[in-house]
Amino acid sequence: MWKWLHPYANPEVTYHFNNKLIPWFLRLSVAFLGIGIVWALLFAPADYQQGNSFRIFYLHVPAASLSLGIYVGMAIAALVSLVWQVRLAEASVASIAPVGAVFTAMALITGAAWGRPTWGTWWIWDARLTTELILLFLYLGVIALQNAFEDKALASKAASILALVGVINVPIIKYSVEWWNTLHQGSTVSQLGRPSMTADMFWPFLVCFIGFIFLVSWLVCRRFQTEILQRNAMRPWVRELVMKEGAK
Amino acid sequence: MLSAEGLTCIREERILFDDLNFEIAPGEIVQIEGPNGAGKTSLLRILAGLSQPYEGCVRFEGKKILANREWYNSQLLYIGHTAGVKGEMTAQENLAFNLALHGLDASLAEETLAKVNLYGFEDALASHLSAGQHRRIALAQLWQSKAKLWILDEPFTAIDKKGVKTLEQLLLAHANNGGIVVLTTHQDLHIADDLYRKIALAYRFV
Amino acid sequence: MTTESIATINQEESLSYRRVFMLILKRDLTIALRHRDDVFNPILFFIIVVTLFPLSIGPESNTLARIAPGVIWVAAVLSTLLSLDRLFKSDHADGSLEQLLLSPYPTFVIVQAKIIAHWLLTGVPLIFIAPVLALLLNLNQNAYGVLMLTLFIGTPVLSFIGAIGVALTVGIKKGGVLLSLLVLPLYIPLLIFATSAIDTATMNLPYGGQIAIIAALFFGAFSLSPFAIGAALRVSTN
Repeated sequence: MWKWLHPYANPEVTYHFNNKLIPWFLRLSVAFLGIGIVWALLFAPADYQQGNSFRIFYLHVPAASLSLGIYVGMAIAALVSLVWQVRLAEASVASIAPVGAVFTAMALITGAAWGRPTWGTWWIWDARLTTELILLFLYLGVIALQNAFEDKALASKAASILALVGVINVPIIKYSVEWWNTLHQGSTVSQLGRPSMTADMFWPFLVCFIGFIFLVSWLVCRRFQTEILQRNAMRPWVRELVMKEGAK
Repeated sequence: MLSAEGLTCIREERILFDDLNFEIAPGEIVQIEGPNGAGKTSLLRILAGLSQPYEGCVRFEGKKILANREWYNSQLLYIGHTAGVKGEMTAQENLAFNLALHGLDASLAEETLAKVNLYGFEDALASHLSAGQHRRIALAQLWQSKAKLWILDEPFTAIDKKGVKTLEQLLLAHANNGGIVVLTTHQDLHIADDLYRKIALAYRFV
Repeated sequence: MTTESIATINQEESLSYRRVFMLILKRDLTIALRHRDDVFNPILFFIIVVTLFPLSIGPESNTLARIAPGVIWVAAVLSTLLSLDRLFKSDHADGSLEQLLLSPYPTFVIVQAKIIAHWLLTGVPLIFIAPVLALLLNLNQNAYGVLMLTLFIGTPVLSFIGAIGVALTVGIKKGGVLLSLLVLPLYIPLLIFATSAIDTATMNLPYGGQIAIIAALFFGAFSLSPFAIGAALRVSTN
């Protein structure tokens, strides 16, 4: 069933295929995000409770959901690299981690920015934000471990093991932080929960979300190209490529 | 029968060897030779199953070693650069532990130490012993080992002439019994040329 | 292979699991006890860290009683982190780690034995010193038993999960700080439930649920982490 994937285990084939995908991801992400953000920030209705500050929700929620989704994606790549020894999967773990970390940071910053007008403080120990913070540490751990080894193949193997251990812990951490939050609930109900969305809020949200997915894909693919070149630098096809590009 | 199929080793973005194939039959002594940095230790570690090759596989008696780790480990004795001797334990405790770890009789440790000229040093803490003595504690396992395959990385380092001769006799006896010896050494082997062969690794500049 | 020979092999194997476990346990305990500092320093660290809190926050007894569970547990976590280094580092340096990985016995038994040996000399002293420190922090009388119980079940979890981090970083120079970054986020659930159990006991409410979760964390860590640790050790000795 997976036979059609086999040629893509060859780095050269994937590199050229990726080159074709990248401009499309960029165009689609600019299109969707351009439409989505303008729609969300200018044309969507303001929330009747929170007013215009609610608009940051269009940035915060996609960032938060994606940060978790990216981690799961990284863990799947890690599983593939460890179980089936696919070299490209190792490269993809290295490509995905920083993108995920940036989105987690974005979720934290937009969460804080949302908190300021809503509750008056820049930071609040609500369950979602705390989980995002811990997720950021998990990402930083994978990135730091990756950079600590000199040999890239070993670095990725170690990072893959850590990513898998992390992904098993993420649900445990998520539920324990939620439980902790119910114990120590402050007097104000501080929830970054999604309020019920009307249709004219849902569509800009969806457009933004899809735009972010394309953005993530573009970023990961760009990084993936660099990782492939770095890991295959000693191969003849890379040398030819360098000669060709250098000649231009 | 130890066979290497298409072994490629890449360390820190340098290809050490590419698509290496060879077979070693029971009763053979094989010396891996080459200049420093050519990948001899890396090859031995791949054969022992400690390192994973970039591509290719190693088979012992037809089975892939990485898929049958515990079985392969029971057939193998690997002694690497570092002696694997704990400074906090005495010579006898170290050897007894090594023997027990490989499923051998730990009570034979005392008499085996005598065989490597460490008689009288059994209760000395290894931190008080020299590097050569550490190596002899590590090599002492060879006298009791029931493993078919011996992989030795520079076993003669810090061993005196008499010890070298005794060790060579031991390797020959092992090969005569149908075992396999794979080793690297910078010294000349005093074994007749027809009793062992060499596999050469070249230093690749690219 | 006939069924008879398979049966005898399985029998031998189940006897040998115990044998190699005891072998490694005895070896690690012997080595650690001949290196007294490695064992005492983390315990002293535990005591000193706890005493820093009244000095920096003020000796007001209600405040101290409120923060006592958290302070003792965080100090236990930090002191375990300090001591984890000795788990694989010296074995990696002198080559005995490779020999352990080349043993015909399964790696997970060897790993479990090493970690239990580590816990016996690192975690167990903490369990007995903690009540004394709790006295200094004015912990409520009801909570002493629970404190020791959470430490009894929780400190092995600290050792097992910490061992994953050590196994990943043992080959890296100056891996000590990286170890903290890798391992501390994984300790957070244990920290939350342990301190909550002690707080709940202080209020004389049932704390069985939290203890059950910590016990589940222990069984999960004990059975699953050795595989991650084995894989990580093979990467580090590559």
